[in-house]
Amino acid sequence: MSAYKIQEHEYDMVVVGAGGSGLRATFGLAAKGLKTVCITKVFPTRSHTVAAQGGISAALGNMGDDDWRYHYFDTIKGSDWLGDQDAIEYMCKEAPAAIIELEHYGVPFSRTEDGRIYQRPFGGMTTKYGEGPAAQRTCAAADRTGHAMLHTLYQQSLAHDARFMIEYFALDLIWDEEGVCRGVLALDMAEGTLHLFRGHGVVLATGGYGRAYFSATSAHTCTGDGGGLVLRSGLALQDMEFVQFHPTGIYGAGCLITEGVRGEGGILRNAKGERFMERYAPHYKDLASRDVVSRSMTIEIREGRGVGEDKDHILLDLTHLGPEVIHEKLPGIAESARIFANVDVTKQPIPVLPTVHYNMGGIPTNYHGEVVQKVGENPDQVVHGLYAIGEAACVSVHGANRLGSNSLLDLVVFGRAVANRCAETIKSGSAHKVLPPSACDKALANLDKLRNAKGSSPTAEIRLNMQRTMQSDAAVFRTSKTLKEGCDKMATIFSSFEDVKVSDRSLVWNSDLIETYELQNLLYNAVATITSAEQRKESRGAHAHEDFPDRDDANWQKHTLVKVDEKGKAGFDFRPVHMYTLSDDVEVVPPKKRVY
Amino acid sequence: MAEFALPKNSKIQQGKRYPAKPGAKTVREFRVYRWNPEDGANPRIDTYEVDLATCGPMVLDALIKIKNEIDPTLTFRRSCREGICGSCAMNIDGTNTLACTKAIEDCSKGDVPIYPLPHMSVVKDLVPDMTHFYAQYASIKPWLRTQSAAPPKERLQSKEDRARLDGLYECILCACCSTSCPSYWWNGDRYLGPAILLQAYRWIVDSRDEDTGTRLDELEDPFRLYRCHTIMNCTRTCPKGLNPAKAIAEIKKLMVERRA
Repeated sequence: MSAYKIQEHEYDMVVVGAGGSGLRATFGLAAKGLKTVCITKVFPTRSHTVAAQGGISAALGNMGDDDWRYHYFDTIKGSDWLGDQDAIEYMCKEAPAAIIELEHYGVPFSRTEDGRIYQRPFGGMTTKYGEGPAAQRTCAAADRTGHAMLHTLYQQSLAHDARFMIEYFALDLIWDEEGVCRGVLALDMAEGTLHLFRGHGVVLATGGYGRAYFSATSAHTCTGDGGGLVLRSGLALQDMEFVQFHPTGIYGAGCLITEGVRGEGGILRNAKGERFMERYAPHYKDLASRDVVSRSMTIEIREGRGVGEDKDHILLDLTHLGPEVIHEKLPGIAESARIFANVDVTKQPIPVLPTVHYNMGGIPTNYHGEVVQKVGENPDQVVHGLYAIGEAACVSVHGANRLGSNSLLDLVVFGRAVANRCAETIKSGSAHKVLPPSACDKALANLDKLRNAKGSSPTAEIRLNMQRTMQSDAAVFRTSKTLKEGCDKMATIFSSFEDVKVSDRSLVWNSDLIETYELQNLLYNAVATITSAEQRKESRGAHAHEDFPDRDDANWQKHTLVKVDEKGKAGFDFRPVHMYTLSDDVEVVPPKKRVY
Repeated sequence: MAEFALPKNSKIQQGKRYPAKPGAKTVREFRVYRWNPEDGANPRIDTYEVDLATCGPMVLDALIKIKNEIDPTLTFRRSCREGICGSCAMNIDGTNTLACTKAIEDCSKGDVPIYPLPHMSVVKDLVPDMTHFYAQYASIKPWLRTQSAAPPKERLQSKEDRARLDGLYECILCACCSTSCPSYWWNGDRYLGPAILLQAYRWIVDSRDEDTGTRLDELEDPFRLYRCHTIMNCTRTCPKGLNPAKAIAEIKKLMVERRA
């Protein structure tokens, strides 16, 4: 493998990914005096955090009574009791300070009459531990909160002394003989050169893998690269069966229409014009949590009450909100609906469909962002040198179903947490261990194989096969039969990657090669997802199994751990859910029936 | 009269034609700029015939279809596909815009010409080098600058003051405006261009920012600000409907006001 020349760079910390969590970690680490590099395959403001719309949750109480303990309860209930309660306590308690920090950085939040941060209702966000009225907890910058936040976080990064390697693609993690993560091998896309970034810690902030599915709100670049790197390193991912379908993706295009529309009073209607959510969630109706709403919509369509020629979608009606509210609070989705559905939202409803949106599963971590694995009887063994945050991670604060606006919160809270943790545990400037000469061999072998791949299946063809399979067999509702078929099909598709064909042989900006790497990562994630779903014999949160329609706490209130080997074969283990808190400020919330 | 011509190795040549599959009924031609720095050849225009019956409605859908089904070497940036990330800015049908929000049917009749953003160094095909543009963005120190101690809660901002950021904070840094500006073409090394000046104004008018004087000082320069000659291409081309020309005019007004 000596044919490849590798430039080596030494830093204290290496962050992979420059979305919300990666940026918060990057400048947080830099601010703590750690020499930090952030490598990112897209310019930071192109990361998918930019597409988040509705807002970021925190019990500021700007719009009425609120308490972070209500937020804590809602998040646990939303997670269908699969979330780790220590991590959820940490996130909800830290939330108000995290929002104030963002405001001080300059995020252009919308405002109340008295000049404070505007907050809107969101699905599953309630008061009085689910007994009171809907909470107004979601802090918003109109319906462009992710954009406002991501740009502000990048601006803060510019104000700090952090190095960015833009349009560098992470090929593989580099380990030493003791199983400590020592760096990342990356490809400079513009030059086609190889770079080994050495660090005392590597933070994976690579986002989700929505593009494993055919129709997703996710960007083309959401390809689960961090999960792929971790699985290829022989480590386990967690709770991969839990894939969130957002109730309101634009029919056809799949573009996101924020839950904030329903927060502001928008209503879902079936072909009869009924507000059908009243039947499924009598109390919170259209503001039930996302898994509940997506299932309700799917049932309406199945029972023949869908709209359109093929009765295959639902309408989201906001015509009654009036042009003023739409202009001030929801200008972005008005633009999206016009461009992608040819709809004037002041006059017509938007055609929508549940669309893959978010991955609750990911790289297992504790609430410091340290990656953990189950080793022997220890379910919380820290993997030295490796951290994960944001959608790539599974802390787990979202459990089996994430509440809307908890994701942006997750990004900044745990981005900051990982920076604080590393500042405590890593000494800046300490010497890097000499790596064995073979440290990069596996990564280079993979590169060599993909660069020169001369098979008969183009990348795009394998990708489409995967996306169609995942879309049909790991959908909103799942059955033993569809899951079994899906696992078999995915096994075949995974194997077909051996026969992949890469056409572009160039070095400079070889996007054919990058897409092939991304496909490899997606395939690992997809296999992990569908096999994890197949083995979970219950229904919980986003995993709705028709042959096991009930939640089974006795047997299944546990995190799935899945490894995928080089042949695409999955193996399973489990970790207990953390049913304990960090302090006496809150009590553990025991499982109960989940009704909205 | 002086004549200007492109250097020999920059002259654009006729490239390959990729015909549609037989039986395709609704065919549209996409004429795409191609250049690979590694093959030593001149730039060329490749022509792809795309069957619109099996293609999504946007120009980006056509480019992806070409890459997936016809020619995987075609190189362009893309990410969100919904007009919010700014990756797929390029010159389509004569105008700088985002491929993901530009409907094919909104292109003028006949073939659809697609080029990289004008007057930028090309890295490959439709991928321009954005390094200088990003460096200019960093040069205006685009973050909230304050002297007073941060309050324990949020800095208050009235709805009216917040409304002054509308039409500014939505900028996605796609560079469509700057690369449509003839003044930026000639003096892009020193003129900041419309995108960066709009960003500068976003901080100047933010009621929370306490460094307006310095921000204006930093723009008081014959090149950085005053190379804007109100050509207004920026405003015409902005795919987000923003008005950089107005933002620049507001900065110039502030400059005049503080001299008075």
